[in-house]
Amino acid sequence: MSILVFIDHADGHFKKTTYEALSYGAALAKQTGTQAEAVLLGTVSEDAASLGKYGIQKVHQVNQEALNAFDPQTYIRIIAGIAQAIQATVIVFSHNSSGKAIAPGLSARLKAGLVTGAIALPDTSQGFLVKKNVFSGKAFAIVSIKTPVRIISLNPNAYPVVAGEGSAEVVQEALAPEAAKVKLKSVVRASGEIPLTEAEIVVSGGRGMKGPENWGPIEELAKLLHAATACSRPVADAGWRPHGEHVGQTGVAIAPNLYIAVGISGAIQHLAGVNRSKVIVVINKDPEAPFFKAADYGIAGDAFEVLPKLIGAVKKLRGLA
Amino acid sequence: MKILVCISKTPDTTAKIAFTDNNRKFAADGVQWIINPYDEWYALVRAIELKEKDPSAVIHLITVGTADADPIIRKALALGGDEALRVNADGQDSFFIASQIAAVAKDGGYDLIFTGKETIDYNGSSVGGMIAALLDLPYISLAAKFDLAGNSATIVREVEGGEETEEVSLPLVVSCQKGMAEQRIPNMKGIMGARTKPLKVLDPQPVEALTEIVSFELPPTKKGVKMIPAENAEELIRLLHEEAKLM
Ligand SMILES: Cc1cc2nc3c(=O)[nH]c(=O)nc-3n(C[C@H](O)[C@H](O)[C@H](O)COP(=O)(O)OP(=O)(O)OC[C@H]3O[C@@H](n4cnc5c(N)ncnc54)[C@H](O)[C@@H]3O)c2cc1C
Repeated sequence: MSILVFIDHADGHFKKTTYEALSYGAALAKQTGTQAEAVLLGTVSEDAASLGKYGIQKVHQVNQEALNAFDPQTYIRIIAGIAQAIQATVIVFSHNSSGKAIAPGLSARLKAGLVTGAIALPDTSQGFLVKKNVFSGKAFAIVSIKTPVRIISLNPNAYPVVAGEGSAEVVQEALAPEAAKVKLKSVVRASGEIPLTEAEIVVSGGRGMKGPENWGPIEELAKLLHAATACSRPVADAGWRPHGEHVGQTGVAIAPNLYIAVGISGAIQHLAGVNRSKVIVVINKDPEAPFFKAADYGIAGDAFEVLPKLIGAVKKLRGLA
Repeated sequence: MKILVCISKTPDTTAKIAFTDNNRKFAADGVQWIINPYDEWYALVRAIELKEKDPSAVIHLITVGTADADPIIRKALALGGDEALRVNADGQDSFFIASQIAAVAKDGGYDLIFTGKETIDYNGSSVGGMIAALLDLPYISLAAKFDLAGNSATIVREVEGGEETEEVSLPLVVSCQKGMAEQRIPNMKGIMGARTKPLKVLDPQPVEALTEIVSFELPPTKKGVKMIPAENAEELIRLLHEEAKLM
C-alpha cells in the first residue's frame, strides 16, 4: 500500500506544482499510515533523489528521452503498471495541462474514482471525501470516492509546499520503448514569464485600461512583484492581450495569494475565475464598481494615476528607489 | 468524416449558485440553462467549420441527460449538426457519462470526438480523457487550434506558460477551449431546421459511478473591503507588506 505522486516536469525542470503534489502526497501518506512514492517519466537535469525532502521515499523513474514528448496514452499505460506493482491506493496529480491529459484516462483504465481540482487533503475518517472546486469557484463540493483505488488531481496553489530533510531512493524502471501515436512537433514557451496558474501574485487589467498601448505600468508592476499578468475577457477578445491571459468563468481559473485587478468591473463571470484568490485588490475609478464587494483592499481612483504610485512604493520597499 | 460532439447542459453563467436538501442538491428553481460554453463556442462551432469545408462530413451531437436536456440539444442543433442523440439517464459522475458516450461511439464509426475542456458547473475536465481511454483512442486535451489535412490532425494545445503543437492521426478525442473557433449565434433558418432534425433517445448502459457528490458548500463571505484613498495609494503596498504579509 502506498500513495503514488506524478512528477511533472518541462524543459528538464520540475514544475512548482510538482512540489505541491509531493507535499500533498506525503501528508496523505502520513494521515493514512502508508508511504509516499513518486513516478518520473522522461529525463530531467535536476536531481530526482532530492525530491525526498518533500516527504517521499522512492522515485520510480523511466529514464527515456522519448518520454519527454508527452504522449498521454503511453503515460497512462506506464503509470497504471507502476501503480499496480506498488499497490498504490491513491494516485496524485496536479490539476494542470499534464494532469488533465492523463488522470481521466488512468481513472477509466483502472476503474479508480477521480476527483479533479481538489483543494484540500481528503477526509479519510469515514470513507474517502475530497473537497473540490465547482461552479467555477462559486462553490465547493465534497465528493466521495467509492473505489478502492482513488485518483486526485490537486489544484495549483491550493496546498503549501512542505520541504524538510531527506533523500529519495531512485529506482530505474526498465521498460521497452513504445511507439507514441501523438507526435510532438514543437513547443513554444514564453521564456522568463511565470505561468499564470502557478503564479503567487497576478496583476490583471480590464477594459478600463483603454487600450493595449497602456499595459506598460501593469507589466512593470507585475515584474517588480514577480507576478504573472492576466486580463478580462473583452480585453482578450479585442486582441489587446493574448488569449492565454483571459481569466474567469470561460477562461483560466486561478487562485493566487494576491490578485490585483485594475480597471475591471467585476462581472460575475470574471469573479468566478478569480474569487479563490487569497487576497484581492481592486483599483477602479468607479467607487460603485461591483468588484469592490469581492475585494479585501480597494482604491477608488484612476488607474493611470494609481499605478505609478504603487510602482514607486514597491521600488522603495525593494530598495530600488 | 463523422464527428461526435459532446454537449452538456449547465446553469447560465449569471445563475445564482445555491443549494437545497441539506446542501446536497443544486437549487435549480428558476435557473436558466445553457449549453456549456466550451461545448458550444469551441467544440460545436469547430465541428461546424470542418463540415463547411467538407460538406460530406456528418455531425452528431450527444448528451447524457433526462428529457429536460432536450431544449439545450435543440439549441445546439440550431447552430449546426445533423442529428442528436440523448442517452436517457441522469449523469451521475464523469465516469458514468464517459462510459455512456463511449458505448454509443464504439460502433459509431466516428473519426473525431469533440468535448469542451470542462463544464462550468462540475469543472471536471475528465469526460474526454475517459472516453478516449475506454475506446483506446489518443486524447488531446485543452486544444486551442485544430487543423485537418486528410487523416492527420495538427493540434495546438495550451500548456503552462506556452503551447505545444502535436500531430496525430484520426480517430481521436479532443477537448476544446478558447482559440478553436469564434462563438456563433443561431440564425432563423437554423432554429427552424433544428425542429425537424432527428433527436434519438437511447437507453443507458448499466454502469456504476465511481464517485458521488455528498454535499456542497458556499465559500466564506469576505470580511469587507478596506478602502485606501487614491491620493495615498502607496499605503496599499505597506498594508500588503505588513498586514497581509504578501510582499
Ligand atoms: C457567458 C459569458 C461568459 C463570460 N466569461 C467571462 C470570463 O471568463 N472572464 C471575464 O473577464 N469576463 C467574462 N464575461 C464577460 C463579463 O460579463 C464582463 O463583460 C467582463 O468581465 C467585463 O470586462 P471588464 O471589467 O474589463 O470591462 P468593463 O465591464 O467595461 O469594465 C471596465 C471597468 O474599468 C473601470 N475604469 C475605466 N477607466 C478606468 C480608469 N482610468 N482607471 C480605473 N478604472 C477604470 C470602469 O469603472 C469599469 O468598472 C463573460 C460573459 C458571458 C455572457
